[in-house]
Amino acid sequence: MPTQYWKVRPYVLTGGRTRTRQHLLVHTLVSVPYYDAVFASGLLPESRSLYEHARKTRSVAELSAVCGMSLGVTRVVVDDLAATDRLQIHRDNYGSAFDYRLLERLRDGLRQLA
Amino acid sequence: MTASASLPDSPLLTSAKIVIAGGFGVGKTTCVQSISEIPPINTEAWMTAASETVDRLDPGIDKTTTTVAMDFGRLTIGGDLVLYLFGTPGQPRFWPMWDDLCRGAVGALVLADTRRLAASFAAVNYFEQDTDLPFVVCVNLFDGVLTHHLDDVREALELSPAVPLLACDVRDPSSVARALLAVVEHTMTRTAGSSPRVLTAR
Repeated sequence: MPTQYWKVRPYVLTGGRTRTRQHLLVHTLVSVPYYDAVFASGLLPESRSLYEHARKTRSVAELSAVCGMSLGVTRVVVDDLAATDRLQIHRDNYGSAFDYRLLERLRDGLRQLA
Repeated sequence: MTASASLPDSPLLTSAKIVIAGGFGVGKTTCVQSISEIPPINTEAWMTAASETVDRLDPGIDKTTTTVAMDFGRLTIGGDLVLYLFGTPGQPRFWPMWDDLCRGAVGALVLADTRRLAASFAAVNYFEQDTDLPFVVCVNLFDGVLTHHLDDVREALELSPAVPLLACDVRDPSSVARALLAVVEHTMTRTAGSSPRVLTAR
């Protein structure tokens, strides 16, 4: 992967923000609910890159990797786009990673591969 | 860097995560690689937070840059569920990153190499002391051979009897699936009867 060097420091891009409105985990899934080419063309390069890549459902970590942006910046950009409903943050259907229904699904899925 | 397989296109798609930990060179990358449906994504573009005081600005003046090499992979369980595997960066200085990776995880698989058990001491300590996340320790069978009895490994790692210890060959996808299965089953045992909120990672 080619190393990307920042033209500006990341905190300029995020306006100094490091916190997000909602907690975004590295595996939280994100997607563009309806793609708007005009909206995309008006975005800053970093936001645009993320918006384009999120046309396919991807995790925050995958977006960070494909966009070559640090996880912290990725989180802020995702959060900004989600605030205006340009990005959809997929809900956690189970409420907790320790939800028994989730664990059962994982167990059954992994058994098929074992 | 591009994923060969796309995720199911559903707004209801949700995700889970298992953390793969262990010292440097114990087979975390191979483990993720052997079962992931996408080539493992190795990125050095990560930092713990945007608030890092020193960021990469220009080639040549990045002596204090924090770069983190880590791998992650993906496994689609069904039309609405995808499991992510995150290999932890090995070096202790990345421990703040471990907290971030463990948040919201189902459990952790700590890999150990019997030829260099000490390399995994730090990871075992972390999961025993610094997080409530359920974990399983797995001896990686380099060359497919178990060179030490598991009881001896347990003793050498001073592992609590409550922590499952197994062996697996990380090059073999079904062997990795069994190890991940052990993680899920251990979490089911650990969390059975308690409300989901009781056991949350810090």
